[in-house]
Amino acid sequence: MTLLITIFAAVVATLVWYTKPALRDLKVGVLCWMFWGASLMWMIDAVFEFSELGADYFAPAGADMINDGFLGFAVVALALVIWTVIVLVSDPRGTVKAAITKR
Amino acid sequence: MACFLVPTAEAIVTTVIAKTAKEEKKDYTHIDAETGEAVSEKPAKMSFVRKLKWLSNMLWGGAVLLCFEHLWHGEVVPFPPFLTAASDPADTAVMLHEMSTVGVCMAALITAVWVGMVIVSSVIENREEKEAPVASQEV
Repeated sequence: MTLLITIFAAVVATLVWYTKPALRDLKVGVLCWMFWGASLMWMIDAVFEFSELGADYFAPAGADMINDGFLGFAVVALALVIWTVIVLVSDPRGTVKAAITKR
Repeated sequence: MACFLVPTAEAIVTTVIAKTAKEEKKDYTHIDAETGEAVSEKPAKMSFVRKLKWLSNMLWGGAVLLCFEHLWHGEVVPFPPFLTAASDPADTAVMLHEMSTVGVCMAALITAVWVGMVIVSSVIENREEKEAPVASQEV
């Protein structure tokens, strides 16, 4: 579940980066790198787990699925928080600076 | 257990290389023959350092999210020894085995994907370079 949710997040972030050039200066690329990096790493994890469990890998217990799904959404939330901090700190459109210096 | 430490180590190495390798700073300005004005034209090719940053970004991004997953599962703790498997020798052996198998494969896959990206971008850049003079002659 974690892998699936991260792959979906990676695809969505990549599509946003590709179709919305105006958002590229908001560093949407950071999200793409994070989600694709994590997806590839968890893919390896999944391959090793599949080699151990075999077909059972595709029939997880309900509680495990809920926990993994919860983890997947938490991972997406963490990545979004990191991205927000990066955008606010780098302030590519000068919005934060304008808000602070505005009287 | 601590498989993400291998990509993290690679991320540190690539970041250090990218930071220390200075990008070639060439002067791309030349005097235009018709107007007599100085014109600056940057080359179409992307520097290798910039491409290396793709690799370090992917490694850091993945390592951070995987570190969070390990925190979630209680395999990483915010106090010494930081890795719960490090407190027991038997667990440490399992952890090292996992790092040498899963961790190395993770780093290898990300590096392989990056190599593919570099090859594709080089092909696109070369194609662009070949097409550019033809296009200017047509005009």
